[in-house]
Amino acid sequence: MANVEDNIKDVTQEIPVDASTLENVTLEGPLEAESDKGKPNEDVLMSVQDLHVWFELRRFGFGHAGYVHAVDGVNFDLHNGEAIAIVGESGCGKSSLMKTILGLYRPIKGQIVFQGKSLNDMTTRELKWYRSQVGYIQQDPYGAMAPFMNVERILEEPMLINGVRDKNERMARIRQAMTEVKMTPVEDFLPKFPHLLSGGQQQRIVIARAMILNPKMLVADEPVSMLDASVRVEILKLLFSLQKKHNLAVIYITHDLSTVRYFSRRIFVMYAGNAVEKARTDDLLRNPGHPYTTALLSGTSEPDANNAKTFKVVPPGEPPNLIKPPAGCRYHPRCPYMIKGLCDEQVPPDFQLEPEHLVACWLHK
Amino acid sequence: MTMQTEKLLRIENLVLHFKTSKGSVRAVDDVNFDLDFNEAVVILGESGCGKSSLAKAILRLLPRNIQKYSGKVYLKGVDVMKYADEEFRKNVRWVEMSLVPQAAMNSLNPVLKVGEQVSEPMLIHGGVGKDEAMAQAKKMFQHVGVPEEFLHRYAFELSGGMRQRAAIAMALVTAPDLIILDEPTSALDVLTQANIFNVLKRIKHELQMSFILITHDIATSSELADTVAVMYAGQIVEVGDAERFFKQPLHPYSYKLMKSVPRLRGTEEPEFIAGQPPSLLNPPTGCRFKDRCPKRFDKCEQEPPVFMQDGRSVKCWLYA
Repeated sequence: MANVEDNIKDVTQEIPVDASTLENVTLEGPLEAESDKGKPNEDVLMSVQDLHVWFELRRFGFGHAGYVHAVDGVNFDLHNGEAIAIVGESGCGKSSLMKTILGLYRPIKGQIVFQGKSLNDMTTRELKWYRSQVGYIQQDPYGAMAPFMNVERILEEPMLINGVRDKNERMARIRQAMTEVKMTPVEDFLPKFPHLLSGGQQQRIVIARAMILNPKMLVADEPVSMLDASVRVEILKLLFSLQKKHNLAVIYITHDLSTVRYFSRRIFVMYAGNAVEKARTDDLLRNPGHPYTTALLSGTSEPDANNAKTFKVVPPGEPPNLIKPPAGCRYHPRCPYMIKGLCDEQVPPDFQLEPEHLVACWLHK
Repeated sequence: MTMQTEKLLRIENLVLHFKTSKGSVRAVDDVNFDLDFNEAVVILGESGCGKSSLAKAILRLLPRNIQKYSGKVYLKGVDVMKYADEEFRKNVRWVEMSLVPQAAMNSLNPVLKVGEQVSEPMLIHGGVGKDEAMAQAKKMFQHVGVPEEFLHRYAFELSGGMRQRAAIAMALVTAPDLIILDEPTSALDVLTQANIFNVLKRIKHELQMSFILITHDIATSSELADTVAVMYAGQIVEVGDAERFFKQPLHPYSYKLMKSVPRLRGTEEPEFIAGQPPSLLNPPTGCRFKDRCPKRFDKCEQEPPVFMQDGRSVKCWLYA
C-alpha cells in the first residue's frame, strides 16, 4: 500500500492500444454518426457522455495493480452561455474531470463531444483548435504565469501559438482584454512582470489570457481560492460579467459552496468519482436530495457567533479509496440513511426529483 | 496569588519591524490586546496585514532580519519579554503556549513516525522518559480523535485532516494553557474543516484551553470565537466580543469585510473593498484605512486613538 501512490501512472497515455484503436475505428466511418448525435440539440456546446477516467497502478514500475477510478461514469450537457459549477472535496475526481475536458487526459471509456465532434476523434490540429475554444483559468495565478515574461508577452503567447500574425491586431486584442478585466491604464501594466502584481491583478491577467482567443467556453479551477476575502468577490463578479457579456459557457470548479450561488445556474456535486446530484442552484440549496450534499451544506459556515456554541454534524470517516471504491453507492459507509442490502449492493441510478434535479440516491426510489 | 485576577495573556505595545533592503517593514505596529483563561480570540485580517508576524512575535519565533522588537507580553502577570532567549525556550514556548503552524499538515517530518514527533515536546520540555511521553501522545490522540495505531505511521500515510489533528495533538501534548493556531483549516475541505473545529471546540471545553486563532476566513472563524480582533496594515483596528461583532461590526473596515463574505443563505449580494491594503514599508500617516474608507472625513488625516464603545475598542475617529 505504501508506495502505491508513487506508482500511479497516467494510464490514458500508457495504453496507446486502446486509444489508437478507438481513433482508427472512428476515423473510418462513425464520425458522421457522432456528429449526428450532437446535432439534434443545436444549443448544446459540449456533452460529456459516460465519462470514465482511470489511472493505472503499477507494481515495481510494470505489472498491473489495479486502477484508480478518478472519474466513473459522469454525464452532462453544457449549453451555450451556461455557467455550471462542479462541487466536491479534494480527491473526488473534479480535477481529473476538468483535465479530461481540457483534453489533457484521454478517457478510458466514454467521450466528450464538443460542437458535435468527439474529442477522442480529433486530430492534433483539431485539438489545437479545440483548445483555442476553451479558456482555462488556473487556481494559482502566480504559478500559472511564466515569471520571466512580462504581461504583454504572457497575453501575446496564445495568439502567437494560434497564428494571429499581425502585431497590430495582437496589441489591439491585448488592449481590449486588459480593459475588459479592468487592468487600466493598460500601458502601465504591459511591461510588468507577474511578481510585481498583487494576487487579484495576477488573477485578472490569467482571466484576460483565457479570454484572448475569444473562446466559447471557460474552465475555471478554483479561481478565487488563493485570494483574500475582499478581492474574491471582485474577481467572481468580473468573471460573471464577462460570462454574460460574451455569452460564454463556464465550468466553475470549487469546493466552496458559498460562492457558487452567485455565479452558476446549475450545480453538480461530485463524490468519489461520481456526480451524485445535479440540480439548478436554487433547487439544490433549498432542497438538497443527496445526504452528501446535505452534509456539505451544513458543514459550510456562516459568520454567526452562535456557531461557537454548537457542534457541527459531520459524517464519520473519510472519502473512500478510489482504487477499490465501495460497492453500491459510494457514500454508503458514511451515510446515516444507509439501507442495508440495497445501498451497499446496488449502484443507485439517477432519480429525478424536479425537472433538471437528478439525485443518485436510493432514498428517492 | 495574582494568578486569579491576572489575565492569561496581556499584550501591550507589541512592535515587530523587519529590516529589508527597501527599508523597514512595519509588520506588527503597536498591538494591544488581552486574553483570558479558556477564551478564544480570533485575529482576522487579509494576507499581508501582519497577523502571522504577530503570532511569531508572541512566541518569539523570529527570523534574523529584525529591526525592532519591543513591547510587553504578560503571561499570567509575568512579563516574558524580559526573559533571555534560552529562558523563554525552556519556560514559555511549548510549556505555556504552543503553536500549530500554517499548513501544519505539511509541517510534519516525513522520516519520523507521527508518534515520535507528537511525543517529542514531552521528551524535551516534560523531562519524562520515552514510554511516558508516548502514553501522553496517545492520550492527546484520543482528544483530537485520531486512532491510536496512527502513532506508528508516517505522515504520508495520513490524510490531510488526520495530519492536521496530529499537529494539534503535538501542540497539546505538554498541556500548555494557550495554543496559537495560524490558519489551521485554510487548505482543508469543508467537511474536514467542520471536523477540526469540532475537535477544537471539544478540547477548549474538556481541557479548559485558550486559543489565539489567526485566520482570514471570517465564516469559519465564528466557529470558535469568543472575542474578535481585526487587524489591518499591522495594527489592530477593532476588538470586541463575537456576539456583537458578527451582528454589527464597528470599524468601517470590519463592516466592509463582513459584507464581502459570500453567504449560503439569505439574499444579500456580497460586496468587495475597492483598492488595496497599503504597503507596510511606508504605511500612510493618519488612519491606515482612510484611502479605502467610504466614511472618510477630515479627522482621518491624524492617527486615530483607540476609543472604547460599550466594552469594545475601535481605532476610528467615527467613535470619538
